[in-house]
This record gives sequence, C-alpha cells and structure tokens, in this order.
Amino acid sequence: MFNNPFIKQLFGSFLDLVPILAVVLVFQVLIIRQPIPDVGSVIVGTLFVILGLTLFVHGLEQSLFPIGESMAYAFARKGSLFWLLTFAFCLGFGAAIAEPALIAVAEKAATIASNGKLIAQTDAAKAGYALGLRVTVALSIGLAILVGVLRIIRGWPVYYPVLFAYVCIAVMTPFAPVEIIGIAYDSGGIATSSITVPLVTALGVGLATSIKGRNPMTDGFGLVVFAALMPTIFVMAYGMAI
Amino acid sequence: MIGWSIHFAMKLLETCRDILPIAATIIGFQLLVIRKPLPHPRKTIIGFFYVLLGIVFFLEGLDLALFPLGSLMASQLTTPEFLGVNPLDQAVFWQSYSWVYIFAASIGFATALAEPSLLAVALKAEQISGGTIRAWGLRISVAIGVGFGLALGTFRIVTGSELYLYIIGGYIIVMIQTRFAPKLIIGLAYDSGGVTTSMVTVPLVTALGLGLASAVPGRNPLLDGFGLIAFASLFPTIAVLGYAQIAQWLSKSSLSSKP
Repeated sequence: MFNNPFIKQLFGSFLDLVPILAVVLVFQVLIIRQPIPDVGSVIVGTLFVILGLTLFVHGLEQSLFPIGESMAYAFARKGSLFWLLTFAFCLGFGAAIAEPALIAVAEKAATIASNGKLIAQTDAAKAGYALGLRVTVALSIGLAILVGVLRIIRGWPVYYPVLFAYVCIAVMTPFAPVEIIGIAYDSGGIATSSITVPLVTALGVGLATSIKGRNPMTDGFGLVVFAALMPTIFVMAYGMAI
Repeated sequence: MIGWSIHFAMKLLETCRDILPIAATIIGFQLLVIRKPLPHPRKTIIGFFYVLLGIVFFLEGLDLALFPLGSLMASQLTTPEFLGVNPLDQAVFWQSYSWVYIFAASIGFATALAEPSLLAVALKAEQISGGTIRAWGLRISVAIGVGFGLALGTFRIVTGSELYLYIIGGYIIVMIQTRFAPKLIIGLAYDSGGVTTSMVTVPLVTALGLGLASAVPGRNPLLDGFGLIAFASLFPTIAVLGYAQIAQWLSKSSLSSKP
C-alpha cells in the first residue's frame, strides 16, 4: 500500500544526492584522476544515506509534520499568549535537538576540539562537549522562535531583531575564544535544516494568517533567519563559559 | 555481526534520546493543552519509528560516505603532486589552489540549484512580487551566491584570514541592501539562507573545510576548519536581496520607457 510513495521518496532522496555525486565524479574522472580508496564503503555509505533520508522524511511526513503543523495553526488562532510562547520555545528546542546534521557536526567538532587539546582526549569528554554544544544551540533556537513569534504578534519590522543579532555577534566576536568562532558562525546554518525549517515556517505562516493586519506572505517569514543567528551568539557565550 | 548489532542497538537508543524532546512537545501539548487525543495514534508511532531508523542509517552513511568523500576531495586537491609544487616548499601561494575554489563553487552551485525547498521559496517570491521576480532567476542567483560564498570560504581557509571580517562585512552589505530592497521581499530573503543548508550539503561541506584546514600547510582545523556553512547561509540572502533590487529597477525602467 505504501510501496508507491515510499519508492517515490527513495527516488527523491537519491535526487538530493545527485548534484554532489555528479560534481565529485566529474572532478575525480577529469581532474584528479586518482583511484578512490575504499570505493566499497563509500557506495555502501551512500546507499545508507539514501535509505536513511527516505525513512526519515517518510516518518516525518507521517508523524511530526501533520500534527506539528495543525498544532501550530491551532495555537496561532486561539490559545493564550503564554501557551503559544511556551509551545514556540519547546518546538524550537526539540527540533534542533533531533536535527541529524547537527548531531553529526557536533560530534565532528568534539573530535577536532579533542585533537587540538582544547578538551580532554577521552570519549566522555568528547560526548560531553558535543552534547553541550547541541543543547546550547537548541536553547538558542527555542529562544529565537519565541522572540520571532513575539515579533509577528507585535508587528515589529523583520530587520529589528536581525540588526540586533548582527550587532551582538560583531560586539561579542573579539571577546570569544578564537577556537569557538568558526563553529559558532556555522552552528546557525547547520541547525536550520530538515526538521526546524518546515515546522517553524508553518508556525510563522499560521500566526500571520490568524492575526488581523498581518500578511502571511510577508510577515510569516523571518523566523528562520533569527533561528540561524541566535545560535552564533549563544555558542560564543558557551565558548566563553567553558 | 554481533558487534555490529550491539553498535546498531546503541545508536538506536541514542537516537531515541535525540527525538524525545520533539515527540514530547508535540504529544504533550496535544494531550495536555489542546486536550484532544492524537488523530492517528498508530500512524504517528510508526512514523516516529521510521524517523528513528532513518536518523541511524543516515548518520552511519555519513561516516561511511559523505565525511570521507569531503576530506578525500580536500586532500587530493591539495597534494603537492597535484598542485605541481615542491613538497619541501612551505610557502604555497593561494593562486595554486584554484581547483579547490572551483570545486567548492561547483558543489555550492549544484546543490543550491537542485534544492527542493529553494524551489518552494522561489515560487513564493514570484507570487509575493506579483511576477516581477522570476522563480528561475531567483534560483540561479541563489545558486551563484552559494557557489561564490563557498569559493570565498575556501579562499579564506587557504589564506588563513579572519572569518569574522568576511561575515561581518557581509552583514553590513545585507543591512545596506535592506535599506533599499522592496519591503515585501525582505523576510523571505533573510530566510533563504537557512534553506540552502540541507542535510546532505552540511556534512560534505564541513568535511571539505576541515580536510582543507588540515591539508594546507600552516592551517589548523581547530582555528580555520569551520566557517564554510556561515558563508553558504549568508550569501543567498545577499543574492536574493540583490536580485529583487535589480528586478525592481528593470521593471521600473521598462515601465517608464513605455510611452
């Protein structure tokens, strides 16, 4: 019964990988012209990525997205401000913690930090660093969604919080430890990926639809950018704290 | 086989912990605040199980394929034999690494152009602007933006210059563009930065940056390795704002030139 959409999804995940594989292949064949070591494991890994993406997106479309979206609309339409803001925060936090790209890159960052003798070279220290990074990012995304929702309700122009975040980042950078700046600047883009963006966009558009005088086409946007900037501020603060 | 099953079970447990907050948020708010039962409990639980399995396979595949591929490309494009320089010569000029910049630009351009969520954004932008902005024009300008951003990002890693100079410079450009861009498009332009960093692009680009920082003499992955994603999320905003501006000028001048 679900065979058909599943295979469609499988093909869609394959299409996501095609541009990367094509560019790598062209460079390997035409420019580098060297054998790839471990071709077997790369092929197995690529198949795993395709299968994983398919199951992931298929699962999201069956569970999280329909409920999350209808709830975002329901909360936006009625319900108290308190519950709306609490929901916005929890949604941002939960989505960021579950984000697979963030899981993978946080692990990578912990390995780099431990090789660079920034943290102890034990598995426990690495796991602690990676989790600390992810929780920091998730807290900041929760807060960013909360502020973004307030912005839509109050009708502030979208560039106010963005300008504020830019100034914060520019002011904090000279004081943050140099080792954290790269990952701090990257963390926003990493975290606003497959789960966060659709749920947050649904919340923003739902909210802008239900408030009088707001245009879903224009006021509904601007949540994602704030979610992409706030982690930079928080991760730099995390770097100063540890 | 037994070792692999234990490894798999451990990963599954870890992933359970990772999706617990979002599952608790959705189900908790549905039952306690909205006070309605879940519409399709069976389908939801099966869906969550798919998500779990999907994340485990995806992360496993990243470690086997995308991470090694990114660092392999970085190391193969920077070997002294490939660059045609003397391996003992420590002072390598940034011009020697032109294939690295071309590779980064191609990856950025190709992934952005094929990104499905960018298509959705582009169609919405066409709708908001009443047709002044063309979906295809927007997609191509974003793809050029990401490609240029990644090439500039790899240039920064090769030269070891400060990341914040580029990014804060970019922020200033965005703020100046915001001043002049059509007001309706600003929110969408800001959000387009998050759209281009998909689940498959992020790991490959990260591995490319880290591999480059460990392969280029005098660079340190800890200090120089990250930052490419920041470029990939800033430049689409500049590209969309720039394209909207140009499209507005073009439509104005074509209107005023008509009798």
